[in-house]
Amino acid sequence: MLNRREFAAGALLALTLRPAAATPEDQAAAIRAFTGGAVPREGRVELDIPPLVENGNVVPLKVTVQSPMTAADHCTAIALFNEKNPQPQVATARFGPRAGRAELATHMRLATSQYITAVAAMSDGSFWSTRAEVIVTLAACIES
Amino acid sequence: MARVLLNLPRSAAKGAVIEIRTLIMHPMESGFRPGTNGTILARDIITRFSCSYNGEQVFQAELSSAIAANPFISFTTVATESGTLSFTWEGDNDFRQTETRDIAVT
Repeated sequence: MLNRREFAAGALLALTLRPAAATPEDQAAAIRAFTGGAVPREGRVELDIPPLVENGNVVPLKVTVQSPMTAADHCTAIALFNEKNPQPQVATARFGPRAGRAELATHMRLATSQYITAVAAMSDGSFWSTRAEVIVTLAACIES
Repeated sequence: MARVLLNLPRSAAKGAVIEIRTLIMHPMESGFRPGTNGTILARDIITRFSCSYNGEQVFQAELSSAIAANPFISFTTVATESGTLSFTWEGDNDFRQTETRDIAVT
């Protein structure tokens, strides 16, 4: 039989043993660090990620930014941020007008169900973003 | 040397936007995962990928622990002239690998 003190100690241990996870605040701070304090506007960015994934170890995603990609007006960077992985950063891609299209596709890990945010930086100094919710049934990062 | 898969056209029309898909075999050990003895395994990931077209950088990506093992990156570039595309992966533990592919632009 577990007494209350042992249960409390066990619960505390379980809490401290949980892997470190980023929070939505960490994600917002990472986005501010990327934009230099500017708040990105909604739109121009399309984030294509499956809404329900079975295996969080490999989640395919694609980011497309509406931009003419000319020397005068192009997308300079796409950054991806997550809410609940151990770190908020996922990847940052840097483009020039020679990219032709502002597109990035990769495979990422997801520790749990969460919102993924894609932020695009434009050559005129504006920032645009979108976010998508993903439900994960088998998490990455935690099991060995 | 890690095995690399590169998918891009051998030839392209001048001014065409070509899609380049890259994959490198790498465990991308996140640095948050416990090993068999319970201690956290040290981080070993690819942190930077870049592509240059005849010596001029056209694409660059900074990767983190949240990228899946065997990192796959797909991007586009404009076929401007015949020449060489070089792809470089850099990461922890002095990991560095460069692959090159020739492209003919007509």
